[in-house]
Amino acid sequence: MNKKSNDSVIMKGNEALAEAAIRAGCRFYSGYPITPQTEVLEYLSWRMPEVGGEFIQTEDELAGINMIYGASAAGERVLTSSAGPGFSLLQEGISYLVAADLPAVIIDVARLGSGLGDIFQSQSDYELATKGNGHGDTMVITLTPASVQETVEFVYLAYELSEKYRHPVLILSDAAIGQMMEGVTFPELSEHDINKYDWSVKGRKKGSEPRKITNVSYFCEGGYYGYEAIYADKIKKIAENEQRWESINVEDAEIVTVAYGISSRICKEATELARESGLKLGLIRLKTATPFPVKAFDEISKDCKALLLVEMSISAQLKSDVVVASKGKLPIYAYLSSVDVPESEKVVEIANKIILDEAKEELVYEP
Amino acid sequence: MNIGIICSGFGGQGVLTTGLLMAYAFHHNGKNITWYPSYGSEMRGGTANCMVKASDTDIASPYVKKIDILVTLNEPAIAKFEKQVVPGGFLFVNSSLVDEKRCYRDDITVVKVDTEKLAEQAGNSKGANIAMIGAVLKKTAVLTFDEYNDAMTKYFTDKGKEKFNSLNTAALKAGYDSI
Repeated sequence: MNKKSNDSVIMKGNEALAEAAIRAGCRFYSGYPITPQTEVLEYLSWRMPEVGGEFIQTEDELAGINMIYGASAAGERVLTSSAGPGFSLLQEGISYLVAADLPAVIIDVARLGSGLGDIFQSQSDYELATKGNGHGDTMVITLTPASVQETVEFVYLAYELSEKYRHPVLILSDAAIGQMMEGVTFPELSEHDINKYDWSVKGRKKGSEPRKITNVSYFCEGGYYGYEAIYADKIKKIAENEQRWESINVEDAEIVTVAYGISSRICKEATELARESGLKLGLIRLKTATPFPVKAFDEISKDCKALLLVEMSISAQLKSDVVVASKGKLPIYAYLSSVDVPESEKVVEIANKIILDEAKEELVYEP
Repeated sequence: MNIGIICSGFGGQGVLTTGLLMAYAFHHNGKNITWYPSYGSEMRGGTANCMVKASDTDIASPYVKKIDILVTLNEPAIAKFEKQVVPGGFLFVNSSLVDEKRCYRDDITVVKVDTEKLAEQAGNSKGANIAMIGAVLKKTAVLTFDEYNDAMTKYFTDKGKEKFNSLNTAALKAGYDSI
């Protein structure tokens, strides 16, 4: 996960994310500080001017998301980031980006709790990140990195996918990955041509017809039915082509854990611990939460007795997706650790209890 | 290698930097590392700590629950973390600030380091935390003096602070030689 090479440096997840955005050609950031993602702003406040880009600390998150809408429409590679209550405020803007077919990369460094919550690590934004995203039939592509290195790789992937589909991409990080330092290597700095795409708003070329705004709502050939067809086709293609995951030992596992982000690293360690004690434990690690990697569940062994969700939340937020992906065929248990990073020994302990039929199918956090 | 370290003390004592320098040196010497700070409302004079893991293999959680090496720069840090040290592990105590009569667990190795005096003798009164690292290296041998010192020198040189290199090495050596 965090391999050392000669170019490897150590960096905080949030700072590495910001540097990766610069290197991927992002030249416009607008957003508002909130712990635990403020390092993204802090870093870009000096780094963005170095590469000739625009950094704007806006008056609030609403301005942050709406400014990237404008800059993206002009063809720029854009970024905004937030956390907790700030992420709630981005939802309307995300819906507008989707409706306008605009690429954008949005970061949520998840923190604890509803309301103001707290600044500590948590994975309680899963439902909002995968099923929220504002009003309407909105869905975004949601990437879930599990290390500082993967955060960097996913920033590149996010820009690639967002332009491929002209669609916003969300990176769902968490406070543990955002705040910790690990070894990381970066690709070379790249530049993005603001005039690369024909769909962006540009100045009129001499002799060409001026492009006019004729309607403020989405309108294309066939009216709303036309738009529906285009949008349905887009989300179908995304669901079919962009599922990403990592499977470990699912072919012969008696119990398969399902996790993403920081929790998935613990599950990975747990699969090794369990095998040492003779328990066949597997892992499906989400790299995309939307589209949910349904295909991963086809590879699960016929001998599998149950699925075990491992999440830092109070309710089992992965449950509905996992029920659908596993077609309701397997019992689902959960190890919900809320503010605490889960422990691999506890994962193994719960898996053993499930095998012995001593575990409750309890899907709520027990302090 | 697979070790967990916690550095703890008052904000302003260089607690986060102490952990960061060690993480940096492990990384410089080819180890996988994680460094995780306490963050949020910490301030100068308040409490601060950071967790460092170093390993030859992948690291799962950045949290250090079982401490192999506990580096404390004040007394509250001992009270908070001593119980988490693994039997046979190390507790480094900043004897410049901690009552000499304080009692400790008898199943761990307690190392008292007069960091402020050592740093002052080395002509680097701000280098108490680096003197402490010197003592950690000598006692635990997690890295050699040179492995660590080369990394620290690079760290400060890259930050444009190379003029402090000789003073920092002097503080490190003072701590190292005190054991």
